Amino acid sequence: MPAPQLSASTLTDMANTLSKSIYAYANPAVFEPVAERIFRLAFIAALVFAGFGLYFGLLNSPADYQQGDTVRIMYVHVPAAWMALFCYSAMAASSAAGFIWKHPLADVAAKETAPIGAAFTFLALFTGSIWGKPMWGAWWAWDARLTSVLILFFLYLGYMALWRAVADKTRAARLAAILAIVGFVNVPIIKFSVDWWNSLHQPASVLRADGPTIHPAMLTPLFLMIGAYMCAYIAMLMASMRNELAARRIARLEAEDHAKPANLVET
Amino acid sequence: MTQFLALIRRDVALAFRADGGALQAASFFALIIILFALAIGPDLKLMSAIAAPVLWTGGLLATQISLEQIYRPDKEDGSLDMLVETNGALAGVAVAKALAHWLSTGLLLIAATPLLAFLLNIELTALGPLMLALLVGTPGLSLIGSFASALTASLPRAGLLIAIIVSPLYAPFLIFGAGAAAAGAAGDAQFLPNLMLLGAASLFAAAVSPLASAAALRFNLD
Amino acid sequence: MAFSVTLSADSLDLDRGGRRIVAGASLRLGPGEAILLRGPNGAGKTTLLRALAGLLAPAAGTVEVEGASQETACAFCGVKNVSKASLTVDENMRFWSALYRTAPERIDFARKTFALEPFSSRRAGELSTGYARRLGLARLAISARPIWLIDEPVAGLDAPSAQMFEALIANHRAQGGAAVIATHDPVDAPNVKTMEMRAS
Repeated sequence: MPAPQLSASTLTDMANTLSKSIYAYANPAVFEPVAERIFRLAFIAALVFAGFGLYFGLLNSPADYQQGDTVRIMYVHVPAAWMALFCYSAMAASSAAGFIWKHPLADVAAKETAPIGAAFTFLALFTGSIWGKPMWGAWWAWDARLTSVLILFFLYLGYMALWRAVADKTRAARLAAILAIVGFVNVPIIKFSVDWWNSLHQPASVLRADGPTIHPAMLTPLFLMIGAYMCAYIAMLMASMRNELAARRIARLEAEDHAKPANLVET
Repeated sequence: MTQFLALIRRDVALAFRADGGALQAASFFALIIILFALAIGPDLKLMSAIAAPVLWTGGLLATQISLEQIYRPDKEDGSLDMLVETNGALAGVAVAKALAHWLSTGLLLIAATPLLAFLLNIELTALGPLMLALLVGTPGLSLIGSFASALTASLPRAGLLIAIIVSPLYAPFLIFGAGAAAAGAAGDAQFLPNLMLLGAASLFAAAVSPLASAAALRFNLD
Repeated sequence: MAFSVTLSADSLDLDRGGRRIVAGASLRLGPGEAILLRGPNGAGKTTLLRALAGLLAPAAGTVEVEGASQETACAFCGVKNVSKASLTVDENMRFWSALYRTAPERIDFARKTFALEPFSSRRAGELSTGYARRLGLARLAISARPIWLIDEPVAGLDAPSAQMFEALIANHRAQGGAAVIATHDPVDAPNVKTMEMRAS
């Protein structure tokens, strides 16, 4: 009995169906209700996760034997630092998707991820600085991790500035996507160079959220808070993507009044 | 190849003409160093200690102000269309452009370095490692810088935007470059590793920048 | 030198700034032919020329070239003059010749066509507007490409300059070359086809 074969045409058909179903979400009428539902779910989940996370983190977990209660800043700081990197990766990934498949939703997702990622990055820097004060006796001691995150913050700013500067949004999407991808491949290099720089000039970092020093009871609130941040990201992303799509729809409606494509006729 | 060389020759010539950016970048480089010295005060010991990092930072800033000139004029006067029309592979154009920028601006900054280094009271033994590090690192600055220039080619005023885009990407060059210069001056064994990492960063820029620039130029045609 | 190249565009849809500018444009341009492209400002003449030149990817439709490689068939001559102000007239032309990989004789030909000989070592930035345009148009003569896509060639030119351009086009067509010329001005060329871009 011959094995069932996938002919080239079935493959093309499958690819077409798949891309059609993806493209269907570019249609606001399809995306809108889905985004609405995801937004609600993620918003509620974020509140629940944050509630439990903060309860365990602030009230029901051990203090660090060296840092005392100061260690509790970790539960807001570490997830923020983690999200800073996650959002940049997500931005680069949807940029690549938008670049390759020219899918407008991917461009919008990348664009709207940037300010959220930058906000998480700022939160990581801010809480890191507060955490650093009792540890180092200074608000900013050029710790390797924090310094990398600081540079990451400016990578976000550059990306957002490019989006703002280019008036034509289709062009802005392509150019920003290229920048996001180039930035992304440079992140490990920047991280490595900053670690290198730091090891030459300073003793090892105090901010350790990994490795053997962490108490297992600290992991529960940490993961809960990561879940909370993640859900908050998804909720904010859905809300801002809906805003952006609505704004574009308005712009398109306004433009349609005086935009009729030309045709070529022989005279 | 003739196109490649013709483009390099033209860009280098333009950089040294009246409205070219090379001499301005070099003057700006000198001024940064002078302003630094004025800010520090005539403390020769302190100056010689921070000479290499200050020169690296100054070179980096002077490079940045020249970047806008790489692609924007070509976009404005229609040359970019001609470059696209006559070159199958835009990545080749991007390499030529970055190389021309380095040959005009990068080399000029390196040439100005000894003079400025002596103004900062640098030790004679520290000059060699500093120059070597600049020689290895500045091509990377031109490559990454030309990418940012390609990205912003159709914006009328992109100088500040280019600086914001490029500065974080320049961080590794500054770290390894100034690191190599400092280690070399101290006779430290870290000189070679720093220099190798700097070279690796430049090579990585050579791999990424031409393709990324070519892609950016395609979307900046009109 | 004799060209025999045909350019055909089929149902082109062209977008600019996320908006459809041109819809369903088709044309065919054989050896020795010329098309005058008319239409009000903003009708998409430049956009169409850029698409024909391969500088703009059409949203739909195709541009095809028969008889030559697509990469080297067309020379686009936009409203900008391409020349660098701080280079001399000759330096500019030599650079273009290197880009188009054409023989130095083409530079002599271009110089003669537009009477630029006295200005060879003058900086392009010092030329008057009319002469700067002549230099800009000279790149067509240097290009030695069969299909010329020209945007507003004679806008603001005096009669003798415009005649130089017309002579260049006649010479080009006599050798089998072809041109699409977008213009609001009258251009004196025999057997020219006129096409108009109209909002549909």
